[in-house]
Amino acid sequence: MENKVTNILMVGVGGQGIILASEILADVFMDAGFDVKKSEVHGMAQRGGSVSTHVRFGPKVFSPLIKEGEVDIFMAFEELEALRYIHFLGPKPTILLNEQRLNPPSVSLGTDNYPEKVAAILSQRAAKIKSIPARDLALKAGDVRAVNVVLLGVLYNFLSITEKIWTENLLRRFPPQAQKINLEAFQLGRSA
Amino acid sequence: MTEKRVVLSGNEAIARGAYESGVKVATAYPGTPSTEILETLNTHKGMHVEWSPNEKVALETGMGAAFGGVRALVVMKHVGVNVAADPLFTLSYTGLRGGLVLVTADDPEMHSSQNEQDNRNYAKFAKVPMLEPSDSQEAKDFTELAFSLSEKFDTPVMLRTTTRVSHSKSIVLTKEPSEPMAPPKLSKDPMKFVMLPANARKRHPLVEKRLEDLSLFAETFTGNRIEWGDNKIGIITSGISYQYAKEAMPEASFLKLGMVFPLPKELIRSFASRLEKLFVVEELDPFIEEQVRAMGIEATGKAAFPLCGELTPALVAKGLKGFAPPPVEEISKTLPARPPILCPGCPHRGIFSILSKLKLFVTGDIGCYTLGFLPPLSAIDTCVCMGASIGHAMGLDKALGEEALGKVVAVIGDSTFLHSGITGLLNVVYNKGAVTLIILDNRTTAMTGRQDHPGTGFTLQGEETFQVDLVKLAKALGVKHVKVVNPYQLAATERVIKREIQRPEPSVIIARAPCVLSRRERAVTGKAFFVSFESCTGCRACLRLGCPAIEWVKEEGMNAKGKKRKGRAFIDRFLCNGCTLCEQICKWGAIKESNGE
Repeated sequence: MENKVTNILMVGVGGQGIILASEILADVFMDAGFDVKKSEVHGMAQRGGSVSTHVRFGPKVFSPLIKEGEVDIFMAFEELEALRYIHFLGPKPTILLNEQRLNPPSVSLGTDNYPEKVAAILSQRAAKIKSIPARDLALKAGDVRAVNVVLLGVLYNFLSITEKIWTENLLRRFPPQAQKINLEAFQLGRSA
Repeated sequence: MTEKRVVLSGNEAIARGAYESGVKVATAYPGTPSTEILETLNTHKGMHVEWSPNEKVALETGMGAAFGGVRALVVMKHVGVNVAADPLFTLSYTGLRGGLVLVTADDPEMHSSQNEQDNRNYAKFAKVPMLEPSDSQEAKDFTELAFSLSEKFDTPVMLRTTTRVSHSKSIVLTKEPSEPMAPPKLSKDPMKFVMLPANARKRHPLVEKRLEDLSLFAETFTGNRIEWGDNKIGIITSGISYQYAKEAMPEASFLKLGMVFPLPKELIRSFASRLEKLFVVEELDPFIEEQVRAMGIEATGKAAFPLCGELTPALVAKGLKGFAPPPVEEISKTLPARPPILCPGCPHRGIFSILSKLKLFVTGDIGCYTLGFLPPLSAIDTCVCMGASIGHAMGLDKALGEEALGKVVAVIGDSTFLHSGITGLLNVVYNKGAVTLIILDNRTTAMTGRQDHPGTGFTLQGEETFQVDLVKLAKALGVKHVKVVNPYQLAATERVIKREIQRPEPSVIIARAPCVLSRRERAVTGKAFFVSFESCTGCRACLRLGCPAIEWVKEEGMNAKGKKRKGRAFIDRFLCNGCTLCEQICKWGAIKESNGE
């Protein structure tokens, strides 16, 4: 896996901490000696809109965007958003699914239905799938905002990057008062 | 000199390049995808960094600094260059003393813009050189190169990014600023800086000569490079398109252009002559393709790649070698959309619920409040460019006369009003328009991430400064009727709007309440409300506010008073911040403040 470019697609909803998670991830890959690129769109996407972030690492990366049909690791922070990007999945993807539903406006208004059986649909496409209640684990760690770090903890198990690099980067990203919670969230993700 | 490897966005890298180049003055008006450049630059000391009221002022200020002999960086989004075009075209004639780099951040695909104009055309139109980086390292390096080119050729240099370069991150090697810059000085040179016709006529031939010199320079410029491949296919490309093409066909030969205007014609000719098939891969306009074809060289460009929207790795692979990307699946097509929405507690929501209820024709403007267009509020009828709302209302008034009275209203944000709405309002007064303008004064430039402006009373550095008084400003322009309302008070605000739109003369309503995300002020309590299970009749009036905190729960039954309902409203207490609008809307008294939560 490590001698080619690995494609990670993170999808979810504005406000879930996806962009911060992808920034930590990019630094982790650089520190592990890889070339890395990542891309997302800011601006109008930030107010509760759909968010997707592409992270690619390997010996040499050209495009910051992943081609449809070539995602190796799919991190879905929200169930409905997972389905929106399903055509990006590669032939043997690893899927990390946060068991969380956030209603889009039309569902809140009662004019649309939230899709059912998301985990089952994803299971059929995945070589490996890991479903976790990241929100519960973040609350257990002490802050609901740590959902993103819980999911990074889950991701740890699917990569071969030393714990030291992860810990250094988590410590660098968070102010002292938030470090304990986030390290705890990371460990809860690892052992989930 | 200490070097460091860091992961930076294109915008952060441009700021770093400007810092390493010894920039002394940096100006901008915020605009996606360019905003982070000045915010990053502001973390360095020893320079003046400002939010200007608009892009024209930003460029003129940058010019003044460069006339004084220092290096100046001027930053804007693509449509901002339209506003700054007037000084730009003549700056091309005057040239400068210190280097001036104008960053244009284009937005193919219109992720956050009203059009996707290709600003490479501006370089040709204004006869100035343009560099185009394809990743963050180049964004930094080209910023430094742009300053030295600017001084060497006595010309402003445009640096063009696109959203994918501005907002993508990649590894950058940074260093510390090398040599100290020459000190600024006042030095008269009216033949160069006073563009009276007699002087300008002498400058124009120098501009043409400069373009010839730049064309020669382009032939050996290190940013224009050939990467010979092992087959007979050649690709001319630049910017982010280079990365996609390299990904799709790494074995091809590449002419990677770092300078997209003027083009290195001899380099292109010799590159093309050794290949059997030539592609030009570029986003939006066939800017390079047309020039290559005009040289009599056959090339495939827009015949294989789309004119509209941004390119993607899949679209480039499709154009180069017929790759067929997996289609969007059926299940994805039927999913509910998730558009951006006004935040819970947003002060704009109340205004738009009133405008929607009164069924007015609302001429709109550029900002968060453009989201008032979306259902269920559906209360924006025009949106074209910064400041246009006022002109639109004026034109409708002059076209329809009394027919329009009481039916049209213009809405504009505070930052947008100060950017380019003042002259529109001046015109309404001067030419006797019966226009009502609502200034949505949330005391920030919200959409781009809450930047300060002349109406907030703070500078980019967060230092206190004079705060323009919108009431006095409107009165000074000649508006006799100026009312300030609290947009969280629905009934009172509706009364004022109904009265003002009936006036056959100019009037201004200032709806004043801080952005709910403001770091300085707070207008809402933050205490969550709840919907009484017993009292809710399921009438859905609160849902028509389009608040993300209010949801519909499908559940046939009846409330405590025996009234039948198909469902009921529910408030998410984690999202609600107590703006009280839904409480005011509910006729049944079913929405109440939580106690103890």
